[in-house]
Order: sequence, then structure tokens, then C-alpha cells
Amino acid sequence: MDQTVPATVEERLEVQKIRAAFPEAILDINTFRGDTRILVKREYIVDICRLLRDDPDLQYNFFVECLGVDYLEYREDNTFDGYLPDGYRFEVVYNLYSLPYKWNGVEYGKNHRIFLKVPVPESDPVVPSVIGVYPGSNFPEREIFDMFGVRFSGHPDLRRILMSDDWVGYPQRKDYPLGGERVRFPGDKYGPAVGEVPVQHPGESFYGKTGDLQGEHYDRTRTPTPDKGPGTQLPPARKPGE
Amino acid sequence: MALDTETPERTSLDTDPLAAGANLATVAPGVDITTIDDQTMIVNMGPQHPSTHGVLRVVLELDGEVIVRATPHIGYVHTGIEKELEYQTYLKGVTLTDRMDYVSALINNAAYTLSVEKLLGIEVPERGQVLRVMLMEMQRIASHLVWLGTHLLDLGAVTVFFYAFQQREKLLDMVEMMSGVRMMPSWIVPGGLRGDAPEGWFDRAKDFCDDFPRAMEEIEALLNANPIFRERTQGVGVLSVEDCLGLGVGGPTLRAAGIEYDVRKSLPYSGYENYQFYVPTGQFSDVYDRYRVRMAEVLQSREIIKQCVEHMPGGPINVDDRKIVPPPRVELDNSMEAVIHHFKLWTEGFHPPVGEAYVPLESPKGEIGFYIVSDGTNRPWRAHERPPCFMNLQALSRLCEGRLIADVVAIIGSIDIILGEIDR
Repeated sequence: MDQTVPATVEERLEVQKIRAAFPEAILDINTFRGDTRILVKREYIVDICRLLRDDPDLQYNFFVECLGVDYLEYREDNTFDGYLPDGYRFEVVYNLYSLPYKWNGVEYGKNHRIFLKVPVPESDPVVPSVIGVYPGSNFPEREIFDMFGVRFSGHPDLRRILMSDDWVGYPQRKDYPLGGERVRFPGDKYGPAVGEVPVQHPGESFYGKTGDLQGEHYDRTRTPTPDKGPGTQLPPARKPGE
Repeated sequence: MALDTETPERTSLDTDPLAAGANLATVAPGVDITTIDDQTMIVNMGPQHPSTHGVLRVVLELDGEVIVRATPHIGYVHTGIEKELEYQTYLKGVTLTDRMDYVSALINNAAYTLSVEKLLGIEVPERGQVLRVMLMEMQRIASHLVWLGTHLLDLGAVTVFFYAFQQREKLLDMVEMMSGVRMMPSWIVPGGLRGDAPEGWFDRAKDFCDDFPRAMEEIEALLNANPIFRERTQGVGVLSVEDCLGLGVGGPTLRAAGIEYDVRKSLPYSGYENYQFYVPTGQFSDVYDRYRVRMAEVLQSREIIKQCVEHMPGGPINVDDRKIVPPPRVELDNSMEAVIHHFKLWTEGFHPPVGEAYVPLESPKGEIGFYIVSDGTNRPWRAHERPPCFMNLQALSRLCEGRLIADVVAIIGSIDIILGEIDR
């Protein structure tokens, strides 16, 4: 598809430029089906984004998106020679694009795409915000904060964006169960709790892939517990595998 | 026809009698000027406001009638589709993508499907690709027609809604003829399509292509020279090129700023490099230009559909791999192997290799694509949509600053937001 991407990773200008400017920044590089993903240290992410945007040979002018990934109990513990002592749990992936266009007779953009990945440890989930370089990172960073609990230092308006402001927990985390909320019906009655719904197939489960319903980020006490006759009693929390 | 380049003057602000040096006593007799403060006012718009397309809530900070800041509040129809995708096999996940941007469901299907196919490393046969392009372009026209009808309804022009939806029904009828469903077909799946075109389908597509330009002419005749429409849209909601690129705003909004950029041209997928079409652009980046760009785009989509019908190749529509595509119904009657494949595929699914894939597509709103992280199992470890409407909505505050409240309605309509996709 994209003919401009060179065959090997080391040939890519982006990697060379980042290496020249910040020799310490790159942790790892991987390619899959023609895409290059550069794993960088989080303290360099703003500088690298600025470099990629302002360098006349790169011109990463279009902020496509950034997203979070939770690698709980999936990724092998990789400390990167002591850079992350406890390994990492989250990744923030920045998708940048050098959008080709012509303006006043001058051609801009190189039609390249690069993915920057920032490993984030669970103990200190903070990443510097790139909103100063790309204003478009405003909503996506809020979404990552909302869904994964990764905070972005320097973000001027870091509030929840999709969930309500008083929500407890971070729903896209792997230890947050699917369907963990009880539905409230008229007359202060509540629908069946997750544990009461029969599991139809052995392969289907309401619990996360890790099977941990009682994750530390999931607070069951948040559900209102009015005790007003039949149908309102909350059942005891179900243990995984029960 | 010449477009107005200048932003219309707001005479109500410029003729402040006090600023012009009038005596306070004559302008407002009996008013103590020390009691007038310069605080701004907060006004809530939505989520039930009819022009906010369902459930968008905008908090407006006003200085008089002029907007200082517009803050969108979203999440009212958040349904956790991305979370749910992690619990479904790759084939079943397609049905969830329909529900994101529900007016261009087939393009969402295609975005998810192309990412999964990139993970699998497969390519669909030519007939499947041409059919996909045809369906995607029909969906693009349908989406733009929904935008046209509802946008003009917001602006007070009721007639256009019926004209636009009349044409859209023809397209949805064709989608229904093929898939049985009007809006949520889930027809583009990893490995190809769920089925081939039925008999007479191409003739209907041809008839549609023949009639469509005349119908669009009718609609344009209602609007292009309409002084009320032009007054409300020209010079309103101007967004500079730098803002568009920095904020990640794409699609017709970016093209209306004068940038000739289209994913179908710069990073062609599904064989778009084989079709003759051009990328319409605007000049002044206002609401009116976005309207003109979309009106030109639907005619280009019609050109592509026409080329698809004329050059429809024969052959299979799906990849020849029983591990990815379920066997046809006929085989189930006399082949045990087909039954096993069918059962395995619909219960367990397929296992793409470990890796991550993202394929950009041009949706009616901007760049769409699914970032899928595969851990080698039959379900994605993480599936994230790059939501074009979500990114475009970021520009709302920049678009509204310094405008009047009445312009907010036109501006929200012009960036073509679908809340189902924003909240997901």
C-alpha cells in the first residue's frame, strides 16, 4: 500500500533522527506487516513528537489518535535493563501521520505513518501530555485517562469524558469485569446481578480474561443498596470460578 | 457563482452606543453603571436540544450573545463497544462495529475487517473487493444524505429532508436486497463478504446511478441560491488549515479548508487506485463550503459505483480458506468436513498471529481505522476505533468562538457528528 516505507527499520529516517537527537530514548523497535512501532521512554515523548512534527524531512503534521492498551498478565516482564524496575502494564500508542497536501503551491507532508509506544508502569501511571505539540490529543488523552486511569501531566482539562464524573474504576482495564453494573428498574427494584445470570456456554464469562472479579479497581460498594422488600436485596459477590 | 470571502459583520456589536461616545444618561437613564458587571453567562445546550443530533451537550459561555467558549460534554450513549469487542471472536465483533457509526455501518465493517485481514495477512479476491467498494460508496452517499437532510432540518429547511431521504431509501433498499437488513448489515466480514449480490441488484444500482444526478440537482436548486441558507452558512465556522491538522480533523471538513487529501487517494485500500474520481475541495473552510464539498463527493461516489457496475469481474467473493470463511450452505448437506469447519468457525473462530494492525479508511466523516492488538487467541486483546467524529468534535470550541448562538446549530451540523461513534 504505502510504497514510501523502506524495507528495513533502521533505514527509516524517523528512527535515525530520533537516535541522533535522543540517543537514550528508544527502548525497542518492532515491525509487523509493514508498520513500524517505536517503543520510547515516556520522558522523551513530547520532545520526540516535536521533533517528528517540526523536522522538514519528516513533517508529522497530522495527529491521528492515541490509545491505551492494558497488558495485564500478558506481556513478559521486560524491565529494559532496569529502566522499568517492575516491568510495565499499560501502553499508550501514538498514531502519527505525515499528511501530504499542497498549500499555496508548496508541497507538505511525506505520506508516512509511524506508531510511537510508551510503556507505563502500574505503580506510577503518568505520561507527559503532548497537547502542546498536537492540540488534537486533548480528547484521546482524556479517554485514556477515563478508561485506563493513565494520567497525563500537563493536560489542562484532564476529566472523565465518556463515563460520568463520579464513576469509580477504569472500565477498559482488564481486571474490570464486563457487565458489572446492576440495572435499576422503577420502584427501586434492581435487575439481576452478574452472578445471578446463568452463564450459557462454558466459554462465555462475565469476568475478565484474568478471571478476577474483585480487582482492586472495581468497587462493588458503589451500587446503591436500598433494603426495601423483595427484589432489592443484593446477592453476595460471586467468587470467580464458582 | 462567487462565494463571499469576508466574515459577515456583526453590526449589533459594532454599534455599541457607549463605545461611540454617547451619553450614558441618554442611552440608559436611571441605570447605575457600577452595578453592571462584565461576567460571562453559562448556558446549557442539550442533551435534548433537537439540533444536537441526539445526545450532545454543549455548555456555552456567553458574553452577551457572543460565544466565548463552547465545551462539549459527551458520553450519554456510551455502551462500551470497545470493551465488548475484547470478549467476542473476530467474526462476531463485526456486528458490534455497525452500532458505532450507525449511518455508515458498512464502512465501519470494512475498517474492522481490513485490520483483521491485515493481521491474518490475507487479501480478498477481486470481485469481493469491487463489491466492497460498491457497498462502501453506497453507504457514503447514504451517510451524506442523512447529513444533508438533518443539517438542513436544523437550519429550518424542512423540504430537503424529504428529498434527501427519498434517495437514501433507494440505497438502503439495495442494501436490504443484498443483506436483508437496512442499516446494520454486517455484510463485510474478514475473508470477504457474507454473500454475493442477488439477481437484478446491479440493474437497480445502474438505475440509481442514472437518476441520482437529477435528484441532486433538484436539491441544489433549493439551496445554492437560497439567500437565507447562504446567509446562515457563508463565513460561519471557519477553521484554519493548521487547526484542522493539529486537531486531527479530517474528511470533508479538512477538504473544505482547501486541502486535497483523501485516504482513498493517498493510501488506497480495496483497490481504490483503479477508479477514476477526483477529490473535491473547498476554499473558505466555512459551513457553506463543507456543504459544497459533500454535495460534490456524493456525485464522485456515484461515479465509482458506475465504474464498479461496468467492470464487475467474475469469480469468487471470498478467500479460499475454510479456516476463515464459513463453507456455503450447500456443502453442509453432504460434507462432514464442511460441518466441522462451520462449527469450529462459529464457536471458536480463527487465531490471527500475535501482532498489531491499523488500516486507515476514508469514512464520510474523516479517517477511520481500527487499531487491533492480537495476542494470538481467537479474540482481540484490544480493539480501538479511531473515531473521526470524536476527533472532529474537538474543533467545536474553536469553531464557535466569537460567533452567535444561532451559528452553533449550523456549526454542529457542518462537522457531521454521529454520537453513536463519539461515545461508542
